[in-house]
Amino acid sequence: MQGDGFFFQAFVYLTAAVVSVPIAKKAGLGSVLGYLLAGIIIGPFGLSFTGQGGQDVMHFAEFGVVMMLFLIGLELQPSLLWRLRGPILGMGGLQVGLSVALITSMAMLMGMTFKVSLAIGMTLALSSTAIVLQTLKEKSLMKTDAGQSSFAVLLFQDIAVIPMLAIMPLLASADLADTHIQAGHNGTVWIDGLPGWGHALAVIAVIAAIILAGMFLVRPFFRAIAKTQLRELFTAAALLLVIGIALLMSKVGLSPALGTFLAGVVLANSEYRHELEGDIEPFKGLLLGLFFIAVGSSIDFGLISSNPGQIGLIVGGLMCAKLVILLVLGRVFKMGNDQNILFAFSLAQGGEFAFVLFSFAVQNNVFSESLANPLIAAVAISMALTPLLLLVNEKVFQPRFGTKESESREADKIDEENPVIIAGFGNFGSIIGRLLRANDVSITVLEQDSDKVELLRKLGLKVFYGNAARHDLLHSAGAEKAKLLVLAVGDSEKNLEICNVARKHFPHLIIFARASGRSQAYELLDAGIDHVYRETLDTSLKAGIDVLRALGFRSYHAHRITKTFRLHDEESIDELRHLRHDQKKYIGHARQRIEDLEQLLLSELKEAHEHHDAGWDTVSMREEFGGKQADK
Amino acid sequence: MNEFKKNVLIIFAHPALQKSRVNSKLIKYVNDMQGVTFHDLYEIYPDFHINVAKEQAQLLKHDIIVFHHPLFWFSVPALLKEWMDLVLEHMWAYGRKGSALKGKKLLSVITTGGRESLFSEKAYNRHPVKEFLYPVAQTAYICGMDYLPPFVVHGTHTITQEMIAAHGEDYKEIITALRDDTIDLEKAAEMPRLNSDMNDVLKGRKL
Repeated sequence: MQGDGFFFQAFVYLTAAVVSVPIAKKAGLGSVLGYLLAGIIIGPFGLSFTGQGGQDVMHFAEFGVVMMLFLIGLELQPSLLWRLRGPILGMGGLQVGLSVALITSMAMLMGMTFKVSLAIGMTLALSSTAIVLQTLKEKSLMKTDAGQSSFAVLLFQDIAVIPMLAIMPLLASADLADTHIQAGHNGTVWIDGLPGWGHALAVIAVIAAIILAGMFLVRPFFRAIAKTQLRELFTAAALLLVIGIALLMSKVGLSPALGTFLAGVVLANSEYRHELEGDIEPFKGLLLGLFFIAVGSSIDFGLISSNPGQIGLIVGGLMCAKLVILLVLGRVFKMGNDQNILFAFSLAQGGEFAFVLFSFAVQNNVFSESLANPLIAAVAISMALTPLLLLVNEKVFQPRFGTKESESREADKIDEENPVIIAGFGNFGSIIGRLLRANDVSITVLEQDSDKVELLRKLGLKVFYGNAARHDLLHSAGAEKAKLLVLAVGDSEKNLEICNVARKHFPHLIIFARASGRSQAYELLDAGIDHVYRETLDTSLKAGIDVLRALGFRSYHAHRITKTFRLHDEESIDELRHLRHDQKKYIGHARQRIEDLEQLLLSELKEAHEHHDAGWDTVSMREEFGGKQADK
Repeated sequence: MNEFKKNVLIIFAHPALQKSRVNSKLIKYVNDMQGVTFHDLYEIYPDFHINVAKEQAQLLKHDIIVFHHPLFWFSVPALLKEWMDLVLEHMWAYGRKGSALKGKKLLSVITTGGRESLFSEKAYNRHPVKEFLYPVAQTAYICGMDYLPPFVVHGTHTITQEMIAAHGEDYKEIITALRDDTIDLEKAAEMPRLNSDMNDVLKGRKL
């Protein structure tokens, strides 16, 4: 290390990130590539600021991957995960199996022994969870078919690491020193001494403990923490949770990422989900960035330049082999053309587990360091190439072979501008779109699901494919000439993002936004959108009317009191929104929701005493005109 | 609003203005006059959910109330009827303690498809148009309001654009006179309709 310790290192890394990431983003390269470039620049083959510290930083920063999987788990309800079991086992299993087979046989063809080849095949079959998920997330592609499939495959790979670690020592050459070295990041494994069945039992016990604790212990724990009303204590507790689980998993020889992912899934239904997300998110982002920088700085340019042909061959062979298998898989699982290309390009690299597995293999004397080093360099290069490859896919392949961003129209056809742009054509947007079309209002649709885009285009709609938060896409969709913009994306945050872009570049657009619930509606209103629609409000009120009718309320009465309720609810949105701003002291989101609900319920009690439709009421008239004959 | 002698509130009720030939033009003569509040009922309460408190507060701020609507089956459109049912509450608009509207003036501005000649005892519709408005007149009476003779545009099925424009000008003139209090109400009371002879009704109108 060149500097004086920790602060200098921190300064170098942070400067590199702060300088290069915005530049990379501006140039349309995405943040991952920005971090990688930063790493190359400050690494031993650039400005040489990091020295040999890079490896340590990488181990430390790998924790960002663990946190990322925790956050992904938080967004995945158990039921959703269960629905993904097919792709995880089927697609993931096939990808790992076929890749191992193909890469192993390629290595054997190059004259290596079966054991060495298998070790290489297993290691290189894995892809990089960190790079793939971060890049896909940044491009908002996680919800697409390719994104979901990539996620499923990566999840399976995370699980597959466990048996790989177990097999690795068995592949050692005869003269191996039988030192069983821990594959994780810290300490020794507790269960080394146990026989096979004990090992399995311990693993099951730990997983069961995580699930049970997540279900029964974590809530009271966080409730107690939240009661202290100390923001930083909650953050500490959240970090403690993640680190604790990661540690526990390493101790039984499991992947920490897998453990925290599991914990995330268990907590996905809990009321503390949003706070946990908010607290872990910045740490994850920082560590992940650090991780990418470390990967960049670990690329050994000395080794590469001394043997460029060999390394290039390995990188090319690795990525081609994986691409072929992924493309075939995509075909087998009936992905659309461009989804398939995206899926294949996303996963065609080596992963961060390769660094671990290769050094593990060397420690176990499976093969020598002179073999491992070029492989490690090749993996790092393939990781760095992934964001570039996705960029090439976006700019070259998709426009040519995939769903076009906009439909090419005959030149002589006058391109009339539609007055309404609808972003997102799912459950919500499609109903608005159909209503408008049924009444001869022409619409332009922005959609991110290529299969849907193809369908809509076949039906003659004007559809633009891509991320609606990109101002150039809005521009080509005719935002200058349009009057209205309907934000019907299911994700309220995304709507907010599009809204901000639209207001900046096309301030004349009147925006109508979908909100998933009250708090999302507050945020959109705070952003200055006047027309905000809570997606479940009208449906639940309709159900409420039917419930009232089933209880014997007259139909028209039920309708009217529900309308009154609705008006009152709309008014309360505005009232409570401002009240929220006035509250000086911090209260957590969940606490806030409870207080909102309390306010609402109290004001409804008040409302109940108000007179409805007094004009149709005859009590006072009987009193005035009925005299003594009026019956009571 | 203080600069005018009277404040005028036009309560306009038309369920399908997009199909209207006459009313859609008539309202353009009055809907952005100073001192006149134009209140488009079907636009504000498409779901018939009338905000009674708000409507009552608005009535209190005005001296002249106008019901402007096409005559549907010899009566007011459904939403205006709903409005009357709910807004003109007992104990507020009428009854022992109800005197909120006392002394205000109520004017019906209506359009009819049939020509004026159809509205007489011997003709197809068997009654003069004024008689079809008895329910509104009686409502005004119960609420202590003066009910003016109606402003009627007859024969909307056959009317020409020039005639619509002329009626529009008359409409504007009447509303202006009501606002500025330059209308001869005694003379007007003798007329079958307020716009039968504009020169008689408007004080100081030059021939």
